[in-house]
Amino acid sequence: MTRAAADTDPKTVFEAEEPHLAKRKFLHDAAEHVRDTAHRAFVRKALGGYYTSRDTQQARYRDWEQARDAASLAKWSAVNRLDELLPRFVGNFEANGGRVHWARNADEARTIILGLLRQARARAVIKSKCMTSEEIHLNAAMERDGYGVVESDLGEFIQQLRGEPPYHFVFPCMHVRRDEISDLFGRHLGTPPTDSPEELTMIARRHMRRLYVDADVGITGANFLVAETGQISITENEGNARLTAALPRVHIALAGIEKVVANLDDLAVLLPMLATAGAGQPLTCYNTLYAGPRQAGECDGPEEMHLVLLDNRRTEILADPEQRDSLHCIRCGACLNVCPIFKNVGGFTYGTTYQGPIGSVITPHLRGLADWNHLSGASSLCGACTDACPVRIDIHHHLLHNRRNAARSSPSRLERLGHRLFALVASRPWLFAAGGMVVRRTLWLAKKLPPPLLRAWLATRDLPRPPARSFRSQWRSRP
Amino acid sequence: MSQASTAGAVILARIREALRVPAPPPQMRSHATEQAAAAGPGGLTILPADVARPWLPDGGDTPEERVAILTENLRRLKAEVHRAADLAAAADLVATFAADRGWRRVAWHGHETVEPLAIRLGCDTYRVDDRQFDKDALEACDAGITACEAAVAQTGSILVSSGSCGGRALSILPHVHVVILPAVAVAGTLADALDLVRARHASRLPSMLSFITGPSRTGDIERILVLGAHGPRELIVVLVG
Repeated sequence: MTRAAADTDPKTVFEAEEPHLAKRKFLHDAAEHVRDTAHRAFVRKALGGYYTSRDTQQARYRDWEQARDAASLAKWSAVNRLDELLPRFVGNFEANGGRVHWARNADEARTIILGLLRQARARAVIKSKCMTSEEIHLNAAMERDGYGVVESDLGEFIQQLRGEPPYHFVFPCMHVRRDEISDLFGRHLGTPPTDSPEELTMIARRHMRRLYVDADVGITGANFLVAETGQISITENEGNARLTAALPRVHIALAGIEKVVANLDDLAVLLPMLATAGAGQPLTCYNTLYAGPRQAGECDGPEEMHLVLLDNRRTEILADPEQRDSLHCIRCGACLNVCPIFKNVGGFTYGTTYQGPIGSVITPHLRGLADWNHLSGASSLCGACTDACPVRIDIHHHLLHNRRNAARSSPSRLERLGHRLFALVASRPWLFAAGGMVVRRTLWLAKKLPPPLLRAWLATRDLPRPPARSFRSQWRSRP
Repeated sequence: MSQASTAGAVILARIREALRVPAPPPQMRSHATEQAAAAGPGGLTILPADVARPWLPDGGDTPEERVAILTENLRRLKAEVHRAADLAAAADLVATFAADRGWRRVAWHGHETVEPLAIRLGCDTYRVDDRQFDKDALEACDAGITACEAAVAQTGSILVSSGSCGGRALSILPHVHVVILPAVAVAGTLADALDLVRARHASRLPSMLSFITGPSRTGDIERILVLGAHGPRELIVVLVG
């Protein structure tokens, strides 16, 4: 199998063909998902193990809070010197024998990669997990051009067979039950049913081995770009990225420009933080630094290494000093794992490449505030995300900043009228008292209003019985 | 100008323009990092080694402590750890593994810590670095034996490189990875191990450096841990000396 046959139309969940419908789709999907209590319980249970291992691992740090300081400082220092560090990285990467390609947007990145595949006369392509490639919809573009591509990460492979995007940008198929995976493998790979996660993993392992050996081109992402040495750093657990960058003739990596860190000392802080916050591990199983293609005297490795550096509106976030720190994100997924909204509405409801709190912060920048601002409203502002972030991004305040910016750039007339009316009443004590008296007497009428007006509010809330006297009058007559 | 150079120039210009307005440093919880932040985003010494490292998990202060922490971490990661007094003892040990576990063919590379073991294995062997090796033949090997650059007590990791550990595939493609680790190569922290490699390969870093932290694993199915996702199912560390 070189091309994964999708069970469902991959467009349906992922690409918001009509971005102005994104909000309506969000509200609809959220309501559907919230009703699915079995699914929510399943996702919560899957996260239970994560909380335990994360807490155990954090306790092994001599000072987790100071480590967070160090990690956030390393990213702050890199992002605020991007003008200096990015050219330094590129110079060193090319000195190591790799080639850098710049892409201003998704379209340019796709064109560059398709060009490289043509140049390499690629017949079979193997790919390891890369969220940036989801952002630019690379697989769909490759398939349109006739290139078979197989996702080698187990979770991504399962999602590819299901024809779905990742549910969670670190745990792509955390919503899928093992019996569904067994059926899926039975349909696509002809394997007998099993309910053992180990046996299912071995099915994928056996299937993939042939593909690593036969692939001409391997495509990976990159978690960090080290300016000082010109290396790219890839973090993974399964070994599929190692194999993808070891066996094919050509290695293509795709990364956002914000992935740069200054030096290996900074990387030595960020790697364990990423593993602990993201998966509760001391370090993920394989953390690999690549400095160009195979060198003289080395017995294997690709003949060519290419790196596509993607902007895709990251420079717009960079230009906003208030939210610049959202570029510090190392995509560990910790904020999703603790988010009450994520746990209740599920990963697909967001309709974005990057789900959860950090996705709600950056998506309006990457895809337009007008269509995506509703994500900033999908937050209880509890701050669990900010507390979990290993690089101390002020996530929940950024959601507030987005709300404020949206109100400024496209104010709702109704909301403005409401605020003006409130100001008018609240700044005149006699009017406030009179208004209160009227509402206390007539609140019962709210239930009699024509249905659509307050139905959504009253569907899940009681209408309180108004007190007989106002607070101010009770205060005046206190003993 | 070509598309490529234009796009690069445009992106760099956007970056310079964006950074004209500075962003405040992140709020720090500790005094030491606050001072570093106040110094501004300049200089490569913003996280000096002696300031940054004591926050992360302990890597041990003496060689004995480092070996003890490394061993404990490796066991927790479900890797096997065996000790051998010297390379001859290590060779006996690995030959026993080969016999007991029924390995038919074992891959290896030319290295002073690997060769003495490879020649004493009782089974067929396959050397990867004396000519272009065959990928299928390597895939069919039951185990691969490699040297390593260093080990990291702090995280329980083994550091291999494409330069002196048999290339990129030998430590990831065979189903079992046997790594020969001289006790003197055990470093405390990740940063120490990277320093060591940089000093050793001062002229040019190998094209791949990989920290291996336990056998290959996945939790993608219902977050249940399974070993041997795509890489080796078993990681056997032979600590020599």
